[in-house]
Amino acid sequence: MTNTKPATLDLKQENQTLRFFKRFIRSRNVVVGSIILLTIITLVLLAPVITSVEPTEQFRRNRLEPPSAQFLLGTDNLGRDIFTRILYGGQISLQVGLFSVAIGATLGVLLGLIAGYFGGWVDTLIMRLIDMMLAFPGILLALVIIAVLGRELQNVMIAVGVSSIPVYTRVVRGSTLSIKQFDFILATQALGASSWRVMLLHILPNVMAPIIVITTNGVAGAIIAGAALSFLGLGQQPPDPEWGLMLNEGREYIRVAAWVTTFPGLAIMITVLAINLLGDGLRDILDPRLRL
Amino acid sequence: MIKYVIKRLLQAIPTVFLVTVAVFLMLHLTPGDPAEVFLGDKRSTPELLERVREDMGLNRPLPEQYLSYMGNALRGDLGRSLQTNIPVTDQILNRLPWTIELAMMAMLLASIFGIGIGIISALNHNTIIDTVAMSLALIGISMPVYWSSLLLILVFAVYLKILPAIGQGGLDRLILPAIALALVSAGSLARMVRSSMLEVLNQDYVLTARSKGLSEKIVVSRHVLQNALIPVVTILGLMFGNLLSGAVLTETIFARLGIGQMYVQAVLQKDFTLVQGTTLFIALMYVFINILIDLIYVVVDPRIRYD
Repeated sequence: MTNTKPATLDLKQENQTLRFFKRFIRSRNVVVGSIILLTIITLVLLAPVITSVEPTEQFRRNRLEPPSAQFLLGTDNLGRDIFTRILYGGQISLQVGLFSVAIGATLGVLLGLIAGYFGGWVDTLIMRLIDMMLAFPGILLALVIIAVLGRELQNVMIAVGVSSIPVYTRVVRGSTLSIKQFDFILATQALGASSWRVMLLHILPNVMAPIIVITTNGVAGAIIAGAALSFLGLGQQPPDPEWGLMLNEGREYIRVAAWVTTFPGLAIMITVLAINLLGDGLRDILDPRLRL
Repeated sequence: MIKYVIKRLLQAIPTVFLVTVAVFLMLHLTPGDPAEVFLGDKRSTPELLERVREDMGLNRPLPEQYLSYMGNALRGDLGRSLQTNIPVTDQILNRLPWTIELAMMAMLLASIFGIGIGIISALNHNTIIDTVAMSLALIGISMPVYWSSLLLILVFAVYLKILPAIGQGGLDRLILPAIALALVSAGSLARMVRSSMLEVLNQDYVLTARSKGLSEKIVVSRHVLQNALIPVVTILGLMFGNLLSGAVLTETIFARLGIGQMYVQAVLQKDFTLVQGTTLFIALMYVFINILIDLIYVVVDPRIRYD
């Protein structure tokens, strides 16, 4: 984390980009993870093209039917096509993952930069708030936020996002503290750059490596947490599909129709696995000392 | 050492204060009137609402309400559930043993498998065993606990019919939720132990131990393990947090009447006093568990100084 070197003036920018790209290509984790993930994203986005059925369409005569040519992954208790629902549900699950991380990373990184750069009472205040947030473990903070805001999908994103703030703040603050010691920061300050300019243009690029790694793993965590909240009945509400909600809806029928729960669960797991692979690969390349 | 303990406890004061304020404000940030929730479907006339508000102290200024809430909390009184009118403290204490039982069992399983797999993996670095072990760990951390719970029910209760699917009481009803809960922690523990071991294996003193002619068994058990397991203590807190929040899901799925299951029900039923009391209880417990882990860390790692 602390071995990030200050930016150097690079005359062979293009060459280095190429070299960087080659390193990514050579990492098996990155390649496998990206391919799986891109496949999933493509399938999910092309849902209306891939299936002609609506995700909420009920085939009343085909309830709880096992996988067949007509219903690729079977049907649920209302006779809805599970394959279609997984594709459309993926749009929501992936959205929750991305938006929550966007919220958490933006706020977390900003707080970390401010705390590390200004130090003093600002730092103390921010870090005490972070300590407070950390007192609510795991999805507990998200549950508290949902309890206050009410159960709706956008509240799930806010809840999951806000509860991921501490990770970013802690890492970015630590890196900022060490980077602001470098001479080039002093030089920039001496030239009269504003604090925001120094933070965003000079410090931020140098703490990007750990941020990228945490963000990648964060998307996986956010998808799991978002689906967990919907699973508990606190996120996406029926009839629209979402992976966690589908798992919950199929739970009652697990004895007679295991496919109703098996496939949405597999969808979550494969997506999360792909993102984690990508994250592991990125960590090995960008920031080998960061342990997650 | 005592000085360090006191210092660590003093450091926790601002956190504890902020936690209590946040939890207290929860009730007031929530849209909807707690008095209305309390009255529920009963015919609520404006006069009745006003009387309930008066009873609950909702008309007094916030700082005054906070002080009286905290004063009561310190005496073990967290108010009454809006739904059942049972004291929140009683409800928590009734549910707590089931959650502790589950968390302890999961912690045990996670430690055995996580540390075991991590050690095996590190000792067979860059072999097929390492690859398989680390793939298993990756799958472990990628399995949402609600999904692994359902899979375990499917395999052991539905297909093999050797374990009961739901309920509580007895080892046979504990084992499935505990495994489900342990998986994620075991996975991250295995990865942590492996990288920590690999780091220690490259240290000079390990080379020294080997060149002294000590057997590999002694080198690993006396010189490597003892040092490699120290950093593991730091993620115990994180693990415990995972277990607590995972219990919310496993208890719901396995129909165990623990704190987690109660919490979800309270959120769903908008039983704000119960949510508030339970949140306060869990958060404070977690803060103190983390202090305890910090202290353990200082004890097991002689390189860390108290100040």
